[in-house]
Amino acid sequence: MADSRFVYVTYIRTTPEKLWQALIEPEFTRQFWVGCWQESEWKPGASWRLMIPDGRVADSGEILEIEPQKRLVLRWRNEFKPELREEGYSRMTYEIEPMGEAVKLTVIHEMERPGSKFIEAVSNGWPMILSGLKTLLETGESFEASRHWPKGM
Amino acid sequence: MAADADKVFKALADPGRRLLLDRLHADNGQTLTELCAHLPMSRQAVTKHLKLLEEASLVVTIWRGREKFHFLNPVPIHEMAERWIHKYERGRLRVLAELKKNLEGDSNG
Repeated sequence: MADSRFVYVTYIRTTPEKLWQALIEPEFTRQFWVGCWQESEWKPGASWRLMIPDGRVADSGEILEIEPQKRLVLRWRNEFKPELREEGYSRMTYEIEPMGEAVKLTVIHEMERPGSKFIEAVSNGWPMILSGLKTLLETGESFEASRHWPKGM
Repeated sequence: MAADADKVFKALADPGRRLLLDRLHADNGQTLTELCAHLPMSRQAVTKHLKLLEEASLVVTIWRGREKFHFLNPVPIHEMAERWIHKYERGRLRVLAELKKNLEGDSNG
């Protein structure tokens, strides 16, 4: 494939309602998204920002598609690392499907550019964030590493 | 469906399947034909291994047009690492792994 793309899947024993809430609301995201939270009005065309605990903006973009508890598509650009920011916008999709007693969450993060450094960089973060999210929803508590922004980043 | 630990361990307990994961790690998002091109296995064997890896959720597929692309899904491995390694002093294990690597030379993990 000429583009850069990663696909992640996790099955979480929860409901689409709770998963959606955990993915959107700051008090939840802070617990598994290394302390970060998002700012958006959560409607098509609205701006979107991911905030670092020290007040910097990690990433920004806009809501391309939103269907609560089912699907979210964001236009997404890095803001705090110049070499990643210059690659421009990526596209991030969440797909949520109920599967028996669990919910399947698919995350696709892609950019129309071969060998993207940005996609490579986020590919180091997503597995930890998603397993932290799963642990939080299934046990009520995320693990230590997914609660804090990494030192020096 | 649910990526339980048994399925993950079983899927990883085969050198051919681990090789497939390594190939996807090196170059993520490949078709079956691309995967087969660099592997000392029949297309049939690769298909069988991919099915087990998909059941364990270690490989996920998406369709783009008429082609099916395979992706390494590292989330279950991360969950296992948190459950089975992080809990038992990851720091010291990393030091030992580094020592082993240095003593055995660069080519061997």
